[in-house]
Amino acid sequence: MIAFIVRRLIQSVLVMLAVALVGFALFHYVGDPINNLVGHDTSLADRAQLREDLGLNDPFPVQFARFVVNAAQADFGISYRHGRPVEDLLVERAPATLELSFAAGLFALAVGLPMGIYTALNRRGWLSKAFLTISLIGVSLPTFLIGILLILVFSVWLGWLSSFGRGETVQIGWWTTGFLTWDGLRALILPSITLGLFQMTLIMRLVRAEMLEVLRTDYIKFARARGLSARAINFGHALKNTLVPVITITGLQLGSVIAFAIITETVFQWPGMGLLFIQAIEFVDIPVMAAYLVLVAFVFVVINLVVDILYVVVDPRLRVGGAAGGHGS
Amino acid sequence: MTEPLLSVRDLRVEFPTRRGVLTAVDGVSFDIHPGEILGVVGESGAGKSQTGAAIIGLLEPPGRVAGGEIRLDGRRIDGLTADQWRKVRGREIGAVFQDPLTSLNPLYTVGRQLAETIRTHIPMSERAARARALELLQEVGIPGAKDRLDAYPHQFSGGMRQRVVIALALCAGPRLILADEPTTALDVSIQAQITALLKRLCREHDTAVMLITHDMGVIAETADRVAVLYSGRVAEVGPVDDVVNRPRHPYTEGLMACIPTLHARPARLAQIEGSMPSLRAIPTGCAFHPRCPRAHDRCVAERPPLFENPPSAAACWLWAPNADRTAAVSAPS
Repeated sequence: MIAFIVRRLIQSVLVMLAVALVGFALFHYVGDPINNLVGHDTSLADRAQLREDLGLNDPFPVQFARFVVNAAQADFGISYRHGRPVEDLLVERAPATLELSFAAGLFALAVGLPMGIYTALNRRGWLSKAFLTISLIGVSLPTFLIGILLILVFSVWLGWLSSFGRGETVQIGWWTTGFLTWDGLRALILPSITLGLFQMTLIMRLVRAEMLEVLRTDYIKFARARGLSARAINFGHALKNTLVPVITITGLQLGSVIAFAIITETVFQWPGMGLLFIQAIEFVDIPVMAAYLVLVAFVFVVINLVVDILYVVVDPRLRVGGAAGGHGS
Repeated sequence: MTEPLLSVRDLRVEFPTRRGVLTAVDGVSFDIHPGEILGVVGESGAGKSQTGAAIIGLLEPPGRVAGGEIRLDGRRIDGLTADQWRKVRGREIGAVFQDPLTSLNPLYTVGRQLAETIRTHIPMSERAARARALELLQEVGIPGAKDRLDAYPHQFSGGMRQRVVIALALCAGPRLILADEPTTALDVSIQAQITALLKRLCREHDTAVMLITHDMGVIAETADRVAVLYSGRVAEVGPVDDVVNRPRHPYTEGLMACIPTLHARPARLAQIEGSMPSLRAIPTGCAFHPRCPRAHDRCVAERPPLFENPPSAAACWLWAPNADRTAAVSAPS
């Protein structure tokens, strides 16, 4: 188990280095950082001086090493546009994105899992068919359209919920939370549904497919032959066996929820990292883009690691010998 | 003779499909007496497993019992509700399936699966159930049972897993065990151990066994009586000794001739010409007639009932009262 975790950690570090290289290349080769920093009227001598001061004339490996060391200390330089350290900007925006992602993930799981189980157990029921049809919409409609539709219905027509921003937030240390105020919670509803809808339908369809698969297995038939109650079979035996793939997908999806909150944040003007990133792209704010890239990779790597460890907790077959195959990447 | 424990009369199992209704089991009748091992043999698709599934109420939809009756201890058990079935399955009829590798839930320890089954049927504390689980594992011959209680199924070998499966079938002390191809997935030396185990347990607990297999050798070693199924019908039923050594139905005769012996070394192994008809094209009359070396006009026209010729019975016109059996009695060379 320890060896397994150590091996996974080493792999994670390698992945992060590779991403850092991409981030660094972006930093270094997309446009000229000096041009982005200074105005048109700066003299060539001043530019050269600045280039020297910033260490941009150093050999590539030295610069890359400096980038990695700085990044490891969460130092991504100064935003061209905001003129403030990138890490400060990210820390300021992170709570909004994380809370939104958490709410979206919770919504996806809390609705998708029961719906998946229901549709698997009552395969022919009309309600199951209705769920499946609705889920098709969730899978096929693009996020921005869902967001705009929700705004149209609930904000414009019905006027129940606000269409932009986080509402009222409470400051706890450096973390701002919308969970503690009524207004903040209300503001979370539409964006988290928008962000979580795709994941919800994905989880529902996945749970359904896995559950149907498991219900066909011999050990479920044998459990029936042993006279166990339907409840014990469906929830004790079948559900637990569907969890391994569900954990994988949910985990990886959580990564994409955080990473791709961009669209939802744009639609709802949600002051999170995604919005920051979109604005950074508009202004070619390379340090912010590079930092965001590294951060998203970091989130994915951490989630992958947690998912791998969860597998081992759920499935005893992976516990013995530790090295058994079948992990996601 | 004692009352039969399980009595199956004229059982019909049908599968409605888009292209018409398939009859997988067509008028099968047999009895199993307390403590008796009844072997059920037949080729793949002869209806053995569907008969078994009907007896424990686990026919895969859309399969259904379309006729006949199944009585356990005189009580009809076909057409029970799901709740009633649960009290029969495991409690009164235990089951052992073909593949021990897939019969156990991989995510729970065997001790947990045993205790769960025991407590489903017999109200007792978790501790008492665990103690009983340990006893069962010892009884089915798991070495070091105490340490193995908390092991997961994948930590057992195939033969050991089948022992665990048998222990699971025995949890609530059922009076009948349905063993559907219990040894097919195991290698030969393990097969012998498992059949011996089944036989021993059956004697010790006075449990009856319905042993479904396509392996005549297993039947000959284990069973008291045997029913030979062909195309969803009983071809012949009787004491093992009679059926094996003095087969009456030409199909059984053919089956027996197919078993290779150590002494004779023919260039080609014997086989019955042709193959069993598909469920969509069951011949008229006796289903075996197109392959039967002794078929005559009546076999094509009329389906033979089971003719009692104690100690066994065969569904063949050759065994009808007053039939000319000169051809039939000639022993197969």
